[in-house]
Amino acid sequence: MSQSGMIMEFVHRRRRGAELFLLVLALAVGVGAYAAVGLGVEGEIPTGILTYGGWLTGLVIVAHVVVRFVAPYADPVLLPIVAALNGLGLAIIHRLDLSLDTTYARQQLTWMTLGVLLFVVTLLVLRDHRVLQRFTYTSGLAAIVLLLLPLVPGLGTEINGAQIWINVGPFSFQPGEVAKLLLVVTFAGYLVLHRDALALAGRRVLFVDLPRGRDLGPILLMWLISLGILVFQTDLGSSLLFFGLFLIMLYVATERAGWLIVGGGLFLGGALLAYRFESHVRVRVDTWLHPFDFYDDADGAKSYQLVESMFGMGWGGLLGRGLGLGMPQRIPRAESDFIMGALGEELGLTGVIAVIVLYGLIVERALRAALICRDGFGKLMAVGLGSVVALQVFVVVGGVTRLIPLTGLTTPFLSYGGSSLVANWVLIALLLRISDHARRPAPMLATDDDADAEATQVVKMQVDEGANR
Amino acid sequence: MSELTLFLIRLAYLAILWIFVLSALSVIRSDMFGARMPEGARAAAAKRDQRPPKPAKARRGAPTHVLVVGGDNQGERADLTQAPILIGRGPDAAIRLDDDYVSTRHARIAASGDQWFVEDLGSTNGTYIGNARITQPTTLTLGTQVRVGKTVIELRK
Repeated sequence: MSQSGMIMEFVHRRRRGAELFLLVLALAVGVGAYAAVGLGVEGEIPTGILTYGGWLTGLVIVAHVVVRFVAPYADPVLLPIVAALNGLGLAIIHRLDLSLDTTYARQQLTWMTLGVLLFVVTLLVLRDHRVLQRFTYTSGLAAIVLLLLPLVPGLGTEINGAQIWINVGPFSFQPGEVAKLLLVVTFAGYLVLHRDALALAGRRVLFVDLPRGRDLGPILLMWLISLGILVFQTDLGSSLLFFGLFLIMLYVATERAGWLIVGGGLFLGGALLAYRFESHVRVRVDTWLHPFDFYDDADGAKSYQLVESMFGMGWGGLLGRGLGLGMPQRIPRAESDFIMGALGEELGLTGVIAVIVLYGLIVERALRAALICRDGFGKLMAVGLGSVVALQVFVVVGGVTRLIPLTGLTTPFLSYGGSSLVANWVLIALLLRISDHARRPAPMLATDDDADAEATQVVKMQVDEGANR
Repeated sequence: MSELTLFLIRLAYLAILWIFVLSALSVIRSDMFGARMPEGARAAAAKRDQRPPKPAKARRGAPTHVLVVGGDNQGERADLTQAPILIGRGPDAAIRLDDDYVSTRHARIAASGDQWFVEDLGSTNGTYIGNARITQPTTLTLGTQVRVGKTVIELRK
């Protein structure tokens, strides 16, 4: 033991002070945006800034104090990034409210409060993420039930062409947002047990190991579920999110590129089928390829939203019009799916890049937690949660900027949308819990038996000498 | 409000946004290397705030014994109640293996809280989980296969 005193080991620090410092900056981002909106629209700092700023500060302080006490080793960057994005989103929704005379920002602030509340509850109740492994199949079942709920007549409602909402009293709720968290738990629990079977060498074709035919079951099932969501709920975004999530986690669990090829093939096949047989998919692809042909189409201006957002981003240019000085209210539903268009118009490319870098940092911290996590389940869960954020941002920002066909998904933390905001706060709580476990110093197993272990050694050497003689 | 003021406000807000992004990056950069401290110091610190371990109550689904599932000693087992369990060729090992590639005191399975860890005791040929040689105490769950020499060991219910 004595000579090992020279060995240096790697220990993570707690970094709660750094988190507090970043949170103060994040508040400056959120409240500053609110003030800038007031200055831009009305020419003066809004009167409500003290109550608004105070409310936001209160929420952030509660979250920080809880993290300090129940997850002291958690990642210091995640919470401030989320607070900044949420504050920026609130300010932009408020700016659209001022032009359109709606009250989305007030509702979004209520949802954010609920989100922070659930964040706190998750951290307090879930002291160890491995507990979730016991609920592998339960949460899978719950996810499927939640996904089917909107199809129940009387309970589900169709909003904007997608049948993904349920009505609970006065609220409408999107169960798919909760289902994505449950599915991460299910996939992680399933793959950590079965990855050896799935990683077994199959046939080798052109330098790539393809999996065995009989192992294809789970991926085919997931493919069918995704296609079902696409056909019955006409929800392109969620379908893409769930299948992509499963594929990424399968690849990470098995380290086999063959799965990516099989999955990519299935995805292409599904996409072609959907394009051929589903009219709303064809509309999305057509407006993606030729948006200006459908701008003032006789039968309903299918790409009006997309083209208006492109005009906005073009007008915004490098530095943007300034908060409150553009015309993002021209984009229909700019507060939810197209918030990136409104952001691009008023903050310009500079602002959009900053936001995308922040999303990149969330994903990086998730992957970092996965790398240093000590158990396989936590690793897979962190990867899954990180890829949920990455896929959502890619799908929605890619759609708005016309990189890929537009699919309806919310931009995490920015967009107006209660279920999505609450689910994403819980997602961050789970990530903090995993990173807290991962960064905690390794447990000391040096116990009381050290002393008598040395005594045993001495006795044994004497016995050995006796035997040699 | 003049055009210039509005322009300055716009630049100032973008600056705040980017200051936030860059500070987050610098926290990540300084976090990359953590803090290094001598191993002994941490052991001493751990001794200081060591509390008497609570008697763990057996939960449904918790592992109860260690089983040798591969190698010459297949079928040999040890109850987790006598933890920490020493694995090796030596006479004092709880699981004694007749395996030429196993050291006298090879590895140890011990509990911390309600979880089980395997720790290599400086063996010659190493302790492996999957293909990775472990360098620090590593969590064990039900069915995780630990390889010492030519022998495979796992936790069982």
